[in-house]
Amino acid sequence: MKLSRFAARGVLAIAFAAAGVLATSHAALAQEPPAPRKRVRKEKEIAPPTQGQLDALAKLAVARKLTPDDLMAAAKTYMPSGRIDDYILFASGGQSGQVFVLGVPSMRLLRSISVFTPESWQGYGFGGEKDPVRERLKINGKSVDWGDSHHPALSETKGEYDGQFLFIGDKANARVAVIDLRDFETKQIVKNPLTVSDHGGAFVTPDTDYVIEGGQYATVLGYGYAPIDDYQKSYRGMITFWKFDRARGRIDESKSFAMELPPYFQDLADSGKGPSEGLVFLNSFNTEMATGGIEDGKPPIEAGASQRDMDYMHIIDLHKAEAVYKAGKVETINGFAVIPMATSISEGLLYLAPEPKSPHGVDVTPNGQYAVVAGKLDPHVTIYSTAKIKSAIADKKYSGVDAYNIPILGYDSVMEAQVEVGLGPLHTQFDDKGYAYTSLFLDSAVARWTLGGEYSKLHEEQPWKLVTKTPVQYNVGHLCTAEGDSAAPKGKYLISMNKWSVDRFFTTGPLLPQNFQLVDIGESGTTMPVLYDCPIGVGEPHYCQLIKADKLKTWGVYPETGWNPHTQAVEPGAPRPGSERVVRNGNKVEVHMTAVRSHFSPERVNIEEGDEVTWKITNTERAMDATHGFCIGGYNINLSLEPGEYVEFHFTADKPGTYPYYCTEFCSALHLEMMGYLNIKPKSARAEAK
Amino acid sequence: MSGILRALFGPRVPQAEFEANRSRYLLPTLLLSAARVLLLLSLFLPYWHMSLEAPQYPDGLSVTAYVNNLTGDVKEINALNHYIGMRPLEDAARFERAASVWMAIAMALLMEGAAFIHSRWAVLLALPAVLFPIGFLVDLWYWLTTFGQNLDPRAPLSSSVKPFIPPVLGEGEVGQFYTVASAGPGWWLAVGCSVLVVVGMFFHRRAYKPLHDRANAIAGTEGA
Repeated sequence: MKLSRFAARGVLAIAFAAAGVLATSHAALAQEPPAPRKRVRKEKEIAPPTQGQLDALAKLAVARKLTPDDLMAAAKTYMPSGRIDDYILFASGGQSGQVFVLGVPSMRLLRSISVFTPESWQGYGFGGEKDPVRERLKINGKSVDWGDSHHPALSETKGEYDGQFLFIGDKANARVAVIDLRDFETKQIVKNPLTVSDHGGAFVTPDTDYVIEGGQYATVLGYGYAPIDDYQKSYRGMITFWKFDRARGRIDESKSFAMELPPYFQDLADSGKGPSEGLVFLNSFNTEMATGGIEDGKPPIEAGASQRDMDYMHIIDLHKAEAVYKAGKVETINGFAVIPMATSISEGLLYLAPEPKSPHGVDVTPNGQYAVVAGKLDPHVTIYSTAKIKSAIADKKYSGVDAYNIPILGYDSVMEAQVEVGLGPLHTQFDDKGYAYTSLFLDSAVARWTLGGEYSKLHEEQPWKLVTKTPVQYNVGHLCTAEGDSAAPKGKYLISMNKWSVDRFFTTGPLLPQNFQLVDIGESGTTMPVLYDCPIGVGEPHYCQLIKADKLKTWGVYPETGWNPHTQAVEPGAPRPGSERVVRNGNKVEVHMTAVRSHFSPERVNIEEGDEVTWKITNTERAMDATHGFCIGGYNINLSLEPGEYVEFHFTADKPGTYPYYCTEFCSALHLEMMGYLNIKPKSARAEAK
Repeated sequence: MSGILRALFGPRVPQAEFEANRSRYLLPTLLLSAARVLLLLSLFLPYWHMSLEAPQYPDGLSVTAYVNNLTGDVKEINALNHYIGMRPLEDAARFERAASVWMAIAMALLMEGAAFIHSRWAVLLALPAVLFPIGFLVDLWYWLTTFGQNLDPRAPLSSSVKPFIPPVLGEGEVGQFYTVASAGPGWWLAVGCSVLVVVGMFFHRRAYKPLHDRANAIAGTEGA
C-alpha cells in the first residue's frame, strides 16, 4: 500500500517534470513575433441632438446657405476623425498613369498607386540604374515612363469581387498591369506585343482565369508597317486574353493568346457570367473603316467614322477559342499566339451583332442574362438577350456577313429591348434592386432605368423603362455603383466620373480638376441626389471599381522583416541587424544596410570613383506606419522602405564627392538625424595616395 | 532506520492509524499536490503585464512577462527605449528566465518531499514555493529599478527623460506614455500555490506532530 502510493507520487512527479519541459517549449514558441493585435474599440452610444443643438445647426445652415437637403447630404457623407469608410473606390488616373484609392462615402483620397508612371514618394522607379520598375516600363527598348490608365478591374471569384487583385489597362501603350491588393503595389506590367494602343482593358472573366484587353485603333499587328491606303487589307484590330495565374499573382504571358479582328475601332468589353459565362462581348465603332485625310480634303475621321446607323458588337466564344489556341491553330506575330480571323470564322469563335451607332460600354447584367449597349451617338441603351444570342448562333440566324466574312447575327433575333435614356449614353452599371444606371455624356446626367425579365420582381415599375435622371456637373464619362459590374451589386452609392468641372471649384488656372460626384442610389423612388463633389487634380480618371471595404485584406506591415515586394516573399540575402557591412570585390561594392528609428546602419560608406555599387536595405521596423525613406542626392535615388520591406538598388559612383544620404519620410523625433555619409573618393586622390 | 534519518523523515504512519484517519493524513498531501498543479500551470500564464498608451499608438503597446519569457511589443518598446538610453528588455533577468522553469520543477519536487517528510524539516522544503510570488515581484522591482536608473546619458532624449523607477504595479508616466502595470493570472496562481502550501503545512503539522510527539515519547521511554 505504502509502496504503491510512493510509486504513484513518483509518476506524478515525472508528469510535472514533463509539464515543465512543455512549458519550456511553449516559451520557445512564444518567442515567435506576436500576431498584430487590435484592441476592440468600444462603439460609443450616440445621443440624438438636443433642441438647442438643432437650433444652433439651423442657424448655421442659414448662415452658410445650406438647404435641408445639403444638411442631409453632409450627414450621409461626413466621416468623423477615425471612422473608416464602408467602401473603397479604385479609380484609374488617366494620363497620370496611376490608380487612385478613395474612401466612400467620404470621398477622401487615401492613396495613389503608381502603375505606369514613376512616382518618387513610393520610390517607384527611383532605384538607380537597372531599376526593375524602369525596366518593366520599357517598350521596344525605349523608356516609356507614362501611361494612360483607363479601366481598372477587380479580380472576381464566381463573378463576385474577391478583393485580391486589381488590373488596369494603359490605352496609350497597350499594356496591362497587375496590382496586388495586399500591399497596394504594382507587381507586373505586360506589354501587348501586337498593337500600339488599346482601349478595352482590363476586364476579367468570372473566376479571373483571363484578363481581357480589347484593342482600339487598328495597326499592322506586331509593330509592322503598311501605308494607310492599305488600311482594310493590312491593318487589324485584336482582342487579347491574358492568362492569370492567381497562385503566383501574375499574368502568364506564355499561356496567353489573342484573336485577330477586323480593323474596326474596338471599344469596351465585358465578360459573360452565369448563363452567359464563356462569352465575351466587345463593342466597336468606325465599322466604316474611315481613316480621315482632312488635309487632303477628305472627311475627317470624326465624321467618316459616324456614317452608319449600326456598328458591330463582337461576340466571342472564349471556351472554344481557348480550345483552338491549345490545339495550336494559331499564327505567331511578334512572338505572340494569335488566332487568325479565318480560323475564328471556320471554328465558330467569332460573331457580330448590329448595335446602334458608335456605342461605348457593353455591360452584362448581374444575372448574366442580358448585355446592355450604350449608344453614345444614339439616345438608347439596347439590351441583348444572351440566351437569344446563344440560340441565334446555334441556329445560324445570320443576317449576312461583314467585309471579312464574319457572320452577323440578325438584330431582331438577339435584341431584347431598347430604352430611350437621353443623349450620349456611355456606360451602364447595376444595383441590387433591379435598376440599371447609365451615364449620359451630352445630357450631363445619370439615368436610372428598370431591368426586365426576372428583375421585374424586384421593382414596382414597368420593365425596360426610364425611371429618373439626375443632373451631374458636367459631362459624365463612366460611372460605377457598389460592386455594380459584378454578379452581386450592392447598390447604395454611385460615382459619376465627370470630365468637366467648369464652375464647381476654385479656378485652378486653365487646367481644371475632374469632378467625381457621389450619388445616393440607396432607395427607390428618390431623385437620386448628388451628395458630394470630389475634385481630382491629378490626371483624368476614366473608370472605377467600388468594393466593400471589408473584402480587402491588406497588410499594415509586411508579414516578415526582409520582405521583397517584387517577389512577395522574404529575400534570403536581406540585411539583418548585426549583418550590416560594406563588401568590396574589385570595383564592385555591396552595401548591406538596415534602417530603424532613427538611424541607418552603417552610417559611413566610403567607396571610390568608378565603383559599381549594389546597395541593399532592410527596414527592420514592425510598427505600423514606421516607414523610412532613403535618398542620395544627385543620383536620382529615392526609396520608400515600408515596415519590414527590403529594397535593392544599383548605381555607378561616377561623380565623386561627399554625399549625405538621409531618411526622406518623417519617421520620428530624430528624423533629421537619420542620415549618414556616402563618400566617393576621386580617382585623383587615389593616385596621390600611391 | 537510524536516529538521524528518523529525525529527518519523521515517523511513518502505521497502517491501522492511516485507515482510521484517512482524511487527516491525505489532506496535507492533497493540498500540496494541488499547490504543485497551480505552480506548474502558472508557468503557461502571464505573470506580469504592462500596457503603454500614447497618442500615436491608438491600440496601445504592451509587454507581457512569463516566468521564462517576454512577449508583446518588445521590439517596438526597445526601439522607443533606445531614445532614452534604456537597455533592451531582453537584457533583463536573463538568468532568472533561463532558470525559472527548472526552479519551478525543483519547487514542485521539494513540495513532493515536504509531503513525504513528516518532520519539522518539511517546512524548509515548502518555503521556496511560499516565497516564490513575492520573490518574483522583488526581482522584477530590482530589474525595473536597475534599468530605469541606469539610462545612457548619451541617449538623444536624455535631457527630456531623466532616470526613473517604473512602478512594478499600478500607473506610471514616462515621456508621452501613460503606463499601467498589473499582475497576471500566472502570478495569481503562484499566490494560490503559496496559500495552499501554507494551509497544507498547517494540516501537515496537525497530522504528523502528534505522531512525532508520540514517537519521541516512546523513544524517550526506551532510552530511559
